[in-house]
Formats: sequence, structure tokens, C-alpha cells
Amino acid sequence: MSKEINRRDFIGYSFAAVAAVGGAASLVGMKQAWDPLPSVLAGGFTEIELSAIKAGEPETFTWRGKPIFVLKKTPEMEASTRDLVVGADRFTVAIGLCTHLGCIPAWKKDKWKCACHGGEFNPSGKQVFGPPPRPLDLPSFSVKGTAITLGEEGPEYKAIAAAMKA
Amino acid sequence: MAKFEKSNSVGEWLDQRLNLTTFNKVMMTEYWIPKDINFLWAMGVLLATTFGILIISGIFLMMYYKPDINLAFDSVNYTIMQEVAFGWLFRHIHGVAASVVFLVIYIHMFTGIYYGSYKQGREMIWISGMLLFMTFSAAGFSGYMLPWGQMSYWAAMVITNLFGGVPVIGDALVVWIRGDFNVADATLTRFFMLHVFLLPITIMGIIALHFYTLRIPHVNNQNSDEFDFDTEAEKYLAGNKKESKVIPFWPVFISKDLAVLGVFLIFYFYLVFFHYDFAMDPVNFDPANNMVTPAHIYPEWYFLWSYEVLRGFFFDIFGFKAFNIGLIAFAFANVIFLLLPWLDRDPKILPAHRRPVFFVWFWILMIDLIVLTVYGKLPPTGANAWVGFFAAVSFILLFVILPIVTKIDAKKRGSL
Repeated sequence: MSKEINRRDFIGYSFAAVAAVGGAASLVGMKQAWDPLPSVLAGGFTEIELSAIKAGEPETFTWRGKPIFVLKKTPEMEASTRDLVVGADRFTVAIGLCTHLGCIPAWKKDKWKCACHGGEFNPSGKQVFGPPPRPLDLPSFSVKGTAITLGEEGPEYKAIAAAMKA
Repeated sequence: MAKFEKSNSVGEWLDQRLNLTTFNKVMMTEYWIPKDINFLWAMGVLLATTFGILIISGIFLMMYYKPDINLAFDSVNYTIMQEVAFGWLFRHIHGVAASVVFLVIYIHMFTGIYYGSYKQGREMIWISGMLLFMTFSAAGFSGYMLPWGQMSYWAAMVITNLFGGVPVIGDALVVWIRGDFNVADATLTRFFMLHVFLLPITIMGIIALHFYTLRIPHVNNQNSDEFDFDTEAEKYLAGNKKESKVIPFWPVFISKDLAVLGVFLIFYFYLVFFHYDFAMDPVNFDPANNMVTPAHIYPEWYFLWSYEVLRGFFFDIFGFKAFNIGLIAFAFANVIFLLLPWLDRDPKILPAHRRPVFFVWFWILMIDLIVLTVYGKLPPTGANAWVGFFAAVSFILLFVILPIVTKIDAKKRGSL
């Protein structure tokens, strides 16, 4: 009698095991169906000419669907470890999405202010008020002369990224 | 197989196969409702009706809507609004119902809290109801995205970014939910699927569960009077209707429901025809633009209170990041109502006006929610930020002290 029950149990467990493997595999497949498509991942590279930018007036560029802020600092603006120095000029390069919840902060006189939840960032991209947990993010870039290419990882980018982590 | 005899009518034929007579009794004519209830007990039927209106108007909108970032805005604002016969009406019916359904949900919820209808055997009614509130919120949010205006886009941006607060996998989770680094075409199409299929069908399932949870504990009444439903039902069936404390759902209770429904529908259609603009934010008539955030963004009115809890914490406290505190407070606000049956430590079910301290607690909660709602819509600067902060802290404290509040009442009454 007990032998019989054990055999049935075995069949039951086998069925459950096969169903569990199939179910887990389906979940992996469904998860991947929601991943970004290859065409989205391929993204793009954007080149920006820095010499045309006026000091104290940040410009906004688009890279992979996100706004990129490039600010040429005026002499009065404080220096920062994330300054990109090109020739005699200092630049702040940042992804223009508030690190709180992703709204685009607007430049108001001498800082970026976010309309959504009141966050503020100084000219070096550092959060100075409100809920943002960290400075504006740094996009990857490489420098060629007075131009930068977003999407590439040059030595200047690596140096600044390391300095920001420290 | 059961034995079937020749039937004399279509009704008898169906009855043999489906036992409709019994089904009708169980669901309608012998589903017992207490007599001692007021118009607030009609909210369930109002909600079921409003959900029906949403489904029907949604079907008509879906026939012309195009879930593609290049077509969505025009398919709503040109095709549906200007070309489709009565398309404007279906859109306004859908938009206004989506807003009003939350008003009725809140009334339904706070009626339950006031009369203590969430505890001592009614926990599953409360939990299934809160699950409905959550799925309705998800449906409201996903639907708001579909017209692909500026508010649609930036609401989607902010809400999907909330998932970035999940430890370790946050950033990857946000990209996964969107299917892109930004809110983009993949995001719109998948939220369309959620809005028109997965969420409605989940809601229907939970509505069935919600009705089922009522069967055994039964509906509460105005004085939380406890009685044996079977005994009272027997009195009613024996013709002793006056003495019995219950009435059948159909056709007696439903007649009162339909009267309240009539008043509600007059109010609702008044909004649809004369004040639909409150559910149609002007900012959302600008097409979505991923390079410009509108000067001031805010959610629909029914999300304002939890939105204000989220942004109320605008400065770091003891080294904790403002972002994380806000997110934890937001998560707290969204799950705390689920735990209400266990935060209430009073062993008796009583209406709030017979629980003096709880009565005060209830009305402070109402005032706090109204303050949060009002300030959620104002720009988060200067004094507004501080009002938001204190209202958000009060909200959390109210739930922290609830076990104590309910125990004091129980002790005073001598039932603890």
C-alpha cells in the first residue's frame, strides 16, 4: 500500500518539477520580451562643438533621447573636480535629468532648478537644495580638440568619473 | 449523469441545466442586507456602475486609438475628438468617470474606516478592497499616459523613475519597465496593453473576490449591531418583515441603491457635459516633448495626497537622503491602509462617533489628507514645502499612534 502511494508521489513530484522548469523558463522569456530592443541599445554618438558656447549660458543637446547640459563656466563660478578643462575654459557636462525623478531642471540665473519637486543644482551640477540624492549624472564622452563626442569613453571622462566617485 | 425530464418552458429547461432559481436566490433575492444602513452603503453599486461606464466608453475609444508615439496624440485629439461621431463624448465620459471613480472609492473607503467595517472577521473585505484601489490606481496612471501629451509623458517619467529607488536593481528595473533608456515608444505600447487588457481583467477578478469576501461576514451596519443573519432571514421569509433586521438585496435594497445611483449619475453627467475640463489638463494638449519639462507638473487630484507625502521630505535628515526618505514615506502611505485591521487594537466594532478618541483621529486624518491634496498641487517652494513636510509627517504619525488611540477607547469603555 505505502509503496503504491510512494509511486504516485513520485509521479506527482515529477509533474511538479517539469511544470516548475517550464514555468521558470517562460518567466525568463517574458522578462526578456520587456528588455530594450537591440536597436534601442545600439544608441548613438553625438558630437558637440564647445567653442561656440557662451560662458554662463548653458546649452542643451540631445543624446540617446536624453537632454545633455553643457555649461561654460564664468570666472566667478567655483571650480569643481568635475570641470572639463579645454584650453583655458572650464565646462560642466551633465545629463540634464534631475537625479530625483527625472524631470529636466531649467537654468535660472546661476543654477538649475527643477519644477517637479523643487530640487536645485549649482553650476558644477551639484545638488544644493531639495530631494535630489546625487549630482547631475555624467555622460560618457571623449575630447577631440575643442569638440566632445558623447557615447565614447575618453581619458578625460574616466578621470572626471573617478574624481566624482571619490 | 443527472436524470433530465422533459421541460415545459425555456425557463424550466435552463433551470434543469443551470439551476438558475437557486443561483438567483443565493446572489439576489436571498442575499441579506441589514436594514440599519444609510446612503453611504450604496457606494459599491455606484462603483460597479462607474466601472461598467469605463469599460463601455473604453471599448469605443480603443477602436480609434493608436498606441504609437507618432500617432497617439493625433488619434486622440484629432480622430477621436473631431472625426468620430460622439468621439468627444466617449472621451469625456471615460476621462470624467476615471476621475469620479476615485471620489467614490475614497467615500467607500472612509465609510468603511468610520464604521469599523474592516476588522473582526471583515479583514478580507478590506484587503480585497485595497487591492482594487491599487489596481484602479495603476489603471488610472497607465490610461493617463495614452494621449501622449506633456503631462502624460512627464507623469510616466516621474512614476517609472520611482522604481529607481528599489535597492541594487533600481536603475536596471527602470530601463526594463520602460523598454528604453527614456520613456519611449516601447513604454507607450506596453502601458497600452496593461491599460486595456491586463489591468481591467485583474480588476474584474478582484471585484468578484471582493463580492465573495462579503458573503460570510456580511455587510456592517450603522450601529455595528451584531445579529444572526440566518435567524433574521427566517423572520423575513416567514412574512415578519417589520421585525426582521434584514432585507433581501434584490429587489428591496437595490431600489435604494438605484435611487442613490440616480442622484450620482445626475452629478456625473453634469460634469461630463458642463465641467469635463477638470479631468482634461490643458498642459496635456501639448504633444509629449522629451526635451522640455512643463513649468509645473502634478498628478491628477486623486494621487495628490500620496504625491505630497513623496515630495514632503525635501531635506536630508540624520544623513538619510531626502530622496530615500520621501520614497519610503510614499511606500508607507501606499501600504499602511492595508494594515489597518491590525493597527486598530479595539476588540469591538463600533462607529467612530462611539469611539471618542478614534473619532478625533478620523477627522484629523481627513483634514490631513485634504491639506496634502491641496498642497500637492501647489509649487513646492518656500512655505509650501514646509506645510507639505509637516502634513506628511502628521500622516505617518497618525498611523503610528493608531494602536494607542484605539486601545485608549477600548480601556475607557471597559472592553479591554
